[in-house]
Amino acid sequence: MLAFLLRRLVSLIVTVWLASIVVFAVLQLVPGDPALLMLGVNAQPDTLAALRSQMGLDQPILTRYLHWAGGLARGDFGVSLTYARPVADLVAERLAVTLPLSLLSLVISTVLALPLGLLAAARRGRGGDWAVLGFSQLGVSMPSFWIAILLILLFSLTLHWFPAGGFPGWSGGIGPALHALLLPALALAVPEAAILARVTRTAVLDTLAEDHIRTARAKGVGRVAVLLRHALPNALIPVATVLGLQISFLVAGAVVVENVFTLPGLGRLLYQAIGQRDLIVVQGVVVLLALFVVLVNALVDIACALADPRPPAAGKGGES
Amino acid sequence: MRRKLPLSLHLGAALTLLLVAVALLSLLWTPYPAEQVRVIARLKPPSAAHWLGTDHFGRDVLSMIMVGARNSLAVGAAAVGLGLLGGVPLGLLAAGLGRWGDEVVARLGDLVFAFPAVLTAILLTAALGAGAVNVVVALALFNAAVLARVTRGAALAVWRRPFVGAALALGRGPLSATLVHVLPNIAGIVVVQATVLFAVAIVNEAALSYLGLGIQPPSPSWGKMLGDAQTYLFTAPLQAVFPGVAIALSVMGLTMLGDGLRDWLDPRHRSSGVM
Repeated sequence: MLAFLLRRLVSLIVTVWLASIVVFAVLQLVPGDPALLMLGVNAQPDTLAALRSQMGLDQPILTRYLHWAGGLARGDFGVSLTYARPVADLVAERLAVTLPLSLLSLVISTVLALPLGLLAAARRGRGGDWAVLGFSQLGVSMPSFWIAILLILLFSLTLHWFPAGGFPGWSGGIGPALHALLLPALALAVPEAAILARVTRTAVLDTLAEDHIRTARAKGVGRVAVLLRHALPNALIPVATVLGLQISFLVAGAVVVENVFTLPGLGRLLYQAIGQRDLIVVQGVVVLLALFVVLVNALVDIACALADPRPPAAGKGGES
Repeated sequence: MRRKLPLSLHLGAALTLLLVAVALLSLLWTPYPAEQVRVIARLKPPSAAHWLGTDHFGRDVLSMIMVGARNSLAVGAAAVGLGLLGGVPLGLLAAGLGRWGDEVVARLGDLVFAFPAVLTAILLTAALGAGAVNVVVALALFNAAVLARVTRGAALAVWRRPFVGAALALGRGPLSATLVHVLPNIAGIVVVQATVLFAVAIVNEAALSYLGLGIQPPSPSWGKMLGDAQTYLFTAPLQAVFPGVAIALSVMGLTMLGDGLRDWLDPRHRSSGVM
């Protein structure tokens, strides 16, 4: 197990290091002079030279990368040229929206998916099963940003139950903040719940076919007790694996849904930074999101390896 | 005995054929030119003249959805086609090279999966500007990584089967064995995965176009139409429904087609129905 953990840790570090090279290299593809792009063609030559120096554009590319990557390792993401503030501070502020949003959507999707998956497995081939499979098919087919727009249409513009966008901040209390995050979280959660419900259904059905379930039933354990005490706990490993893999889709979804609801999160920061050509912010946020995805995948791998009594298989992990 | 085709295969094929038919029809005919602006007829509700109404520029929504189908299909086909061209040979190579190849493909996969496709597209957009080409490149990279893993796994299983060993013993080279024996036996799995990736590509293209980073105006895109419709939710709420329905039906068709094909090719999966 120790060897597996070490291998996973080395793989994580290598992946994040390669990701930082990719992000840095891609943003060097910017055609022309990035400083000129930011300041416009009417910029004074001395202002342009100062900005080029501030951006490190007068340094060799390797020096620039080492400087940036060294800063990343110390938690220094550089200074935003638009906001004139450290990117780390901007990221920390925006995480106060993106992190609760993501967690809330994970909670909603799990709370929706587990009972639905159990219901479908328990009622296999009958109305309940078909209804859950129908919901699942529909949920998978609807992009989260469209669900977000439909939720705004229904709950904000028609029923006036929720705000159509914006975020009041946490200083005004947890209630108003969660109220503003609920619709975006629901929009993100529905497609996730659709996938998770199917995975739960399959995992529970697979477990129900195993010998120990038959034994439990033969000993007189009731159907509901078998489902909740025997089938569900055994089905949680595949469910947790898929949940971990869905994190990358959640990150991508959050970038778009934050923009639908104009939430001041990381996704909105990234989107605005592209418009403002604030490349140092783009670099920092993209690397951070990639690190988050890699970290969650590694944690899921480790959690599954710990929960699985069988020896870890070679090349285990990742998406396939 | 001939196996019965799964219902999901029928429904998926029907919806996908409808999508392709609409896209092809848009090459020959649309009710109005999709880019024709008529400000005097802006934000009209559905009527006999405009079955799905008009947008904020007075453009016919049905015509835009038809041309949008073509654009979505083109981006999806390019992203999946390039993904197949890159991923399948890489997966076959990894399976053939053994442990060393496995490591390379696994690490490359880890790297690509660190960036959700939307994030890669955003990164490329930040560097090179918005446009469909960057979206295709980003989606193709992601698809290639997924397909390389799927191909590798499936090819390894075929390599272990006796008939491949027999072919090698009879003097067939590894490349020839791969092309004649391995590739045909993994084609089904790869096609199923490609179908699902096609659906994912359509959703991602729509999301990026919604943000204004994908297909650029005046060419219509379902995602961009939804983005525009959000501004007019009060006055023309239906405009935020039709493009979404088009996306959902297309994705539903492709995922059901993928599910159905997998059930048909491997009946053991029939009970699962997991993507």
